This record gives sequence, C-alpha cells and structure tokens, in this order.
Amino acid sequence: MSTPVEPITDLKPIAKRIRIDIVKMIGAAGSGHPGGSLSAVELLVALYFHVLRHDPSNPSWPDRDRFILSKGHGCPVLYATLAEAGYIDRALLATLRKLGSPLQGHPDKRMLPILEASTGSLGQGISLGIGMALAARMDQRDWHTFVMVGDGEIQEGQIWEAAMYAGFHRLSNLTVIVDYNQQQLDGFLKDILDPAPVAEKFRAFNWNVIEIDGHDVEQCVDALQKARAGLTSRPTAVIAHTIKGKGVSFMENNPEWHGVAPKKEQVEAALKELEVDAQ
Amino acid sequence: MKTTSTKFELKMGAATREAYGQALAELGRVNPNVVVLDADLAKSTYSVKFAKEFPDRFFTIGIAEANMVGIAGGLALSGKIPFASSFAVFLLDKGYDQLRMSVAYPQVNAKFCGSHSGISIGEDGPSQMSVEDIALACGLAGFVVLVPSDEFCGRALVHRMAEWSGPCYIRTGRMKAPVIYTADDQFEIGKAKQHGDGTDVAIIACGLEVGYALQAQAQLEDEGISARVLDMHTIKPLDDAAVARAARECGAIVTAEEHLLDGGLGAQVARSAAASHPVPMEFVGIQNTYAESGMPDQLMEKYGLTAPYIVTAAKRVLPRKTGPKYIAPA
Repeated sequence: MSTPVEPITDLKPIAKRIRIDIVKMIGAAGSGHPGGSLSAVELLVALYFHVLRHDPSNPSWPDRDRFILSKGHGCPVLYATLAEAGYIDRALLATLRKLGSPLQGHPDKRMLPILEASTGSLGQGISLGIGMALAARMDQRDWHTFVMVGDGEIQEGQIWEAAMYAGFHRLSNLTVIVDYNQQQLDGFLKDILDPAPVAEKFRAFNWNVIEIDGHDVEQCVDALQKARAGLTSRPTAVIAHTIKGKGVSFMENNPEWHGVAPKKEQVEAALKELEVDAQ
Repeated sequence: MKTTSTKFELKMGAATREAYGQALAELGRVNPNVVVLDADLAKSTYSVKFAKEFPDRFFTIGIAEANMVGIAGGLALSGKIPFASSFAVFLLDKGYDQLRMSVAYPQVNAKFCGSHSGISIGEDGPSQMSVEDIALACGLAGFVVLVPSDEFCGRALVHRMAEWSGPCYIRTGRMKAPVIYTADDQFEIGKAKQHGDGTDVAIIACGLEVGYALQAQAQLEDEGISARVLDMHTIKPLDDAAVARAARECGAIVTAEEHLLDGGLGAQVARSAAASHPVPMEFVGIQNTYAESGMPDQLMEKYGLTAPYIVTAAKRVLPRKTGPKYIAPA
C-alpha cells in the first residue's frame, strides 16, 4: 500500500490552494462556515500529505489511519483536502451544500462513504474515535485514529466523558487535535465560556499534550508524527493555536465569519489576497 | 378487580433482562466480532454474563451513557458488532443525541438494550423507570425496536439482532416474566405472534402486557367474548399485515403496553390500522404521568396495566364496533 508523503516544503503551496478552494466553494454555496475551515488548513494538510497512513486509491484499506472531523461544520476544509489528495473529483467542490451533492452541509457518511463518520452535532467525535482505537487494539492492528475538535466544541460534556475514558485506558493509538482559534458562533470564548487552561485539563485527564502554532506546517507535522508514534503510552492532545479565518484579512479574528458565506465581491477580495500570497 | 378465569395461569419464568445476558454469552461463543459495553449496570442488565466469559471483549465504560453510545458507534464502524446496555431511561434519555447522530443517521450496525423498562421495576421509583423509551427509539429513523414478552422471546430476539444489519434497540424488564413460549418457538423481527383466533376483539400487546392480555383473553372467553392476542414484540418495523388482518377480522382493537400512551405501541398500531382498516380502539397504558415506589404488582394494578383493565377496555370498545351490531352475550 502506498502512502502519499509530500516533502514538507511542498505543504505550504498545498495549503494555499486549499484556502482558495474553501473561499470559492463557500462563496458558491452561499452559506457555510469559512472561519473554522480556514483555521484548520495547515493541520489537515500536515495530516493528509505527510502524517496519515492512507491510500486515496483504496479508501477502505482496513489498515488506514482514521480521521474524524468532530467539528463537522468545518467540512469545507476536509472536502478541499480530500479533493487535493485525490479522494474526490475537484469539480465536486462547486456542488457543496447543493441538493444531491455528496458534499453535504455537514459530513454525511451516507452521501460520501469515504468519510469515517457523520458529524455535525458537536461533542461526539472523540467517543467514536475511542471505539475505533479500541477495535484496533483488540485486533492488534497499528493504525491510528485522529479526531479534530473545535475549542468551542470542548464545552460539551461528552468530550470530557471521552477524555476521561481514553486517558484512563491509555489509548496511545488515539490523537485529538484541538483547533484552538479562540472563537465560537456567538463570539469569543473568553466572553462565553472559556475552556482555558485546555492543556492542563487534558493533562489532568492523563493525556500527553503538545502545544503548537497550528499555522506552522513544520510544527504541525512534527507534533502529529510524534502523536502517531504513540511513544508515551497515553493518548495525545495536540493543542493547535490557530486564527479563525486565517489567510483572509477581513475574516481573521472576526467571529462574524463563523458561519457566514462571503458575497461575490468579498470572494473576489479574498481570492485576490490568497492568490497574491500563493505566487 | 380480580381475574376469575383459571384458563390461563401465569407461570413465572426468568426476566427478559436475564435472557439478554444469556443470549449475549451464546453469541459470544459463536461470533468473535460481538463485543459488549455497559455503563456501570452490568450486574443489573445481565451483560455481566458476557463479561465473565469474555472479559477481553467487554468494555465497562463507567457512568457515561453518551460516551458509551459513541464508542459503540466507533466499534461498529470498525467492523465489530457492539451490544451496549444500561437502564432504558439512562440509555435512551442521556444517549439520545448520540443514538441519533453517531448510530441512526449513518446507519451504523450497533445494538442497544435498555433494561428496567416500565414501572414494574418497583421500589426504585420513577427516576429509574423508563416510560418513554419506545417512543424515543421509534423516533430514530432506521432503528429496529423490540419488546420481548418472555425469556424465550427475548433470547431469540437478541440472536435476531445480531443477524440484522443495522441499528436495533431491545427493551427488557427487571421483573420475572410469565412463561409464554418454549425454547422451540421461532421469532422473526417484524412478525407478530398470534394467540388464538377470536374475532370479537384483537388485543395487541407487548412486553409484560402480553401475559396480562392472555389472562384477559381467558376471562373474556368465560364471558362469551372471543378475543385474539397479538404479541407485538417488534414495534418497528410494525407488522402492518397482522394489524390489518386483526382489524378486518375482529373490527375492534385494544392495545396494552407498559409505557406512556404518547408515542408507544398503541400510537403505532393506531397509525397502522388507520392506514389499512380503521376500527374503534381502546388503549391500555400509562396515562400522562410518572409512577411511584411500590411493589411491582401494586404498581401495575394502581396504574391500570393488569388483566382486568384490558377486559374493561375490551368491553368498552365492543359497543363502538360498526357494521353488524354487536350483541352482548346474555
């Protein structure tokens, strides 16, 4: 089985292409969640092009690593990454959120069977990931399960039920990535319910914790590779400090862009920035 | 109110929860993919029977039902056949979003058991009594919903769950259940069991109410009223053909369930009959309330779920029958 591993120097241009796709697809859909898609770009690029053991030509490979996007509203970044990796036809991106499209408004395994899970009701991905990690452990297989959660999402109680279980059972074949962009739908975490200190919370639940700049691809690759190696006999939480709306100046750090699509002229302005940057 | 008939004596057997544990152990021996989860009630749900025999395939999750349902979903997505159990009220009410999102919506092949259903758990009281789980489980698209009446029915249905591809829920009880069947009886998901072929009224029941329905049938027969009893062990997919036949041949239906009348067996049967052959109906069940502590028999009596209430309901529905006027026996 082949695993696509791009040189780290090639990851940045991939990230730039994916940002352009995200803006285009949400603009075309007329609705969606740009902020939390743009914040997770480098993390998904590091996973799909350097860290995950997978084979886009064989998506049901039993020994593939699993990735669950628990923060399902961020699916544009996942769809764009899957297209870039060759899992789905790039032309499909223009059908996001349209009737009959496999690219549903939130990830839907019925419509897109290559997804590992259907998500969209926040808080559930780590429990699903635990089930997968337990299955791997039972069968003595060495594939790894990655789950990405939002920082607002970890306000959900189920997250901490799951964190307690995985830490106690030392599920070192499970990694949770926290997209720590400091915002949620209604505003900034600090004004709603601040989960800080996040690293200390996971450590207290017996997790190995790595804190990184989630827009630095080298740091993303390094942390996710360490997590995948499972060297600590604990599950790993990668706390990735990110910027919501990263890459589009008028979206960055503005909670207004959590779940609003850019209008035509805003798409053009965003693409202008991203395309200049991509050159 | 007392049942005077001696034609149907209730001989008590094992509780349906015990049948669940026994069937899990049987499944464990033949299918290495079967795994079992519980949320700190394994001794009560009887999943402990599996745990003792197959400790490596048993996951004790702790008191965290939402996490348990999600883990079951992840195990199923990885090719296992998980059976996850807790008290019905905790499994359904605390795990509902997870049952919907991580199991029903992606149509994951995971199985669930809610024990201590209804009010017959007795002394522990209403916080532990599930009177809404049938309605909740039926609200999960694509789920199979099973309510066994006795140990043999329960054991067989657990085996059918393992064979079925897709999500299933089975409701079991704490109290000993009357023996209705034998180990040789066959059960199929979605196929009601008919007892007798009376044509005056059809009594459609599930769970412990099947035993009471058979008592009521005997009592009615003493009074010259011929009733048939349908053991509707599958609430979803409902045996629409059996309901239509009962409606057509009897012209009146009484339903009986240990569940709120809102969204339970009666509601499902009424919808089915209304679509095929509408007939007058009466409904025996819990009426818009939560019960209380007490001995199981006292509670079943106080909340109107025993045989005499089914008899009364049958007598209430008979004069409402249309067509050739029903003439009460002298």
